[in-house]
Amino acid sequence: MTRWQIAGGRVIDPAEGLDRVTDLWLADGRVVALGDRPDGFTADRVLEVPGQVVCPGLVDLSASLREPGHEHKASIASEAAAAAASGITTLCCPPDTDPVIDTPAVVDLVRHRAASVGRVRVLPIGALTQELDGERLSEMAALKDAGCVGVTNLRRPVRDTQLLRHAMAYAATFDLTVFLHPDEPWLRGDGCIHEGEVSARLGLTGIPVVAETVAVARDLALIAHTGVRAHFCRLSTAAAVAQVAAARAAGLPVTADVCAHQLHLTEMDVSDFDSLCHVQPPLRTQRDRDALRSAVVEGTLDAVCSDHQPHEAEAKLAPLPETEPGISALETLLPLTLRLVEDGLLDLPSALGLLTAKPAGVIGLPVGTLRPGSVGDVCIFDPDRPWHLDPTRLLSRGRNTPFAGWAFAPRVTHTLLGGVLVHVLEPAP
Amino acid sequence: MSGSLQVDAGGRLRHFLDVEGLKRQQLFEIMDTAESFAGVGGRSVKKVPLLRGKTIVNLFFEASTRTRTTFELAAKRLSADVLNLNVSTSATTKGESLLDTLRNLEAMQADMFVVRHSGSGAAHFVARHAAPHVGVINAGDGCHAHPTQAMLDMFTIRRIKGEFTPLTVAIVGDILHSRVARSQIHALTTLGVREVRVIAPKTLLPQGVEQLGVRVFHDIVEGVRDADVIITLRLQRERMDGRLLPSKHEYFQRYGLTEANLATARPDAIVMHPGPINRGVELDSGTADGPRSVILQQVTHGIAIRMAVISMVMASHTTEAGR
Repeated sequence: MTRWQIAGGRVIDPAEGLDRVTDLWLADGRVVALGDRPDGFTADRVLEVPGQVVCPGLVDLSASLREPGHEHKASIASEAAAAAASGITTLCCPPDTDPVIDTPAVVDLVRHRAASVGRVRVLPIGALTQELDGERLSEMAALKDAGCVGVTNLRRPVRDTQLLRHAMAYAATFDLTVFLHPDEPWLRGDGCIHEGEVSARLGLTGIPVVAETVAVARDLALIAHTGVRAHFCRLSTAAAVAQVAAARAAGLPVTADVCAHQLHLTEMDVSDFDSLCHVQPPLRTQRDRDALRSAVVEGTLDAVCSDHQPHEAEAKLAPLPETEPGISALETLLPLTLRLVEDGLLDLPSALGLLTAKPAGVIGLPVGTLRPGSVGDVCIFDPDRPWHLDPTRLLSRGRNTPFAGWAFAPRVTHTLLGGVLVHVLEPAP
Repeated sequence: MSGSLQVDAGGRLRHFLDVEGLKRQQLFEIMDTAESFAGVGGRSVKKVPLLRGKTIVNLFFEASTRTRTTFELAAKRLSADVLNLNVSTSATTKGESLLDTLRNLEAMQADMFVVRHSGSGAAHFVARHAAPHVGVINAGDGCHAHPTQAMLDMFTIRRIKGEFTPLTVAIVGDILHSRVARSQIHALTTLGVREVRVIAPKTLLPQGVEQLGVRVFHDIVEGVRDADVIITLRLQRERMDGRLLPSKHEYFQRYGLTEANLATARPDAIVMHPGPINRGVELDSGTADGPRSVILQQVTHGIAIRMAVISMVMASHTTEAGR
């Protein structure tokens, strides 16, 4: 295996509180040392990266890979390439597949496909109920043994509150994290955008804020009751963030994340029926967006994820209510998150912590750090290499992004996965 | 928001999708053009040779009698060829996409699509994806807009009341699901009426409706007080199933328009309804057929307004091509 010297970069490891210009040494797929050359170390390859940032490979808590079952949208191979080019070395894939990830066989299939592609570490999240039907508990113990980092019912309704309570209690029995998408199905109805000024004007069915807050309130009570370890996915409202902050202040150990686009877009971006901004949960008001940004700064939100959902072009080519929700988001995860630094809200190490150490903490795995002895997942990016997003040049098979034409400064140049170089940016012509 | 999509650089209507985004002057231009066509229906030969050789496709994904018929009459009075296509939405979701339907019709050299669809934003979608030479007119999209209905209502109000600025207009009923109400509100506020009111129970009002520039009432007697124009909206049957309203009986009791609760309106107040009427639900027969009712005039004016927007949209494309 290649022995690396990554020389002269600004090494930032939020997990260790480290931020200095130094050298990073890797061997046997692991971090050997930081700083001076370890005794007797001879590098096979030296990467000179002066002026660049060297940080742990990014950890994305949610990226749909569309395989098995939706290969017309994307494949593990196509999306793994996009992840590697984006500095992402670990990603959790939700069970929105066909068949859903509710048996060890499907877990094995996904992991085997991912391993054979080999460009990103794929961690499946299993289904909370069989076929996500919300009626029958899945074999959670077996899913855990097969390698699932948690279980979720996504946004599918669970039949009743008693079943949800039992699902949480059963997950707690086997020390599984439950990933909750707070979304009360009756209140959501067939809504497609935030219920408010824009939905009133456009005559689109709205999803009210209470669809999220009612679910969060119910879930918090059940988490306290069952003692399950729980993580709230994709919070979208100021009110829900306040609920989670209050619960944490009262001692409940819940975590929560937000997706990057929620920190930049609002309901106003949908106001000309732009189906590329059709997402679930919906884009909310500027006030909500500002509260989400504050919660990221204050730490109520533990992680920023991509919520990557690649689609074929036709999925977005219809009147908005008939289109499929979601954004192809792997390739904008880092630049959108680092915009918070440009906007003066966070320093660079804190912003990178939201993409490395903190999401790693949510899944409880020893990734997302450059501590000597850890796995050699490294993201190297140039913080000032301006580029414009051109959807046709995305590596993801999904070209569905509302960020076309946006100017970004940071650009990933190299990605190492377990000490293996899985991405190198082509030099500028 | 649709300003750039439906209006070209010269301020002319490239499509007619939405009242929102149009200027007061443009609304007057539509009404003035309609005025010039209003006499055509009274002649022995009810035709003007304006659009000879043009093909207009009425593309209706949602059932309609009145709107489709008046669009057809309007197009024929302008001497255009008309093709009526009634496509049930279920058929398209099962097979051909809306976009494929459009491409097929464009291949048949249609010059204009008149589109009705259950999805809000459908006409915008069609306009955005139609070939450049094709004009699109929105004949109702989901709960979003029904701009020709709103303009025929404005035309009716102007013919009877003369001016807009002194008027108080009350809209009664299911604002939440009404594309007609949304377009009327935009038209009325753009034309500068003194006050636009909406009257409905809270279950039939969108969140944030005040931001459309209206005053909200929940009591019909208060809401119609001193009003010059009272517009009642159709209550769809599916709203009467107990989820948003307990019964049509209670709705009529509280929000139905009757001579009794019209007593507080101005003596010369007019009553309007986009049709079709549910007698005994939105209003009683005495009111629907009474002296204040201008409901049938609305229908007649629908043809002139539709002739106006069809000819205006077609003209913008014809001169574009000639340039």
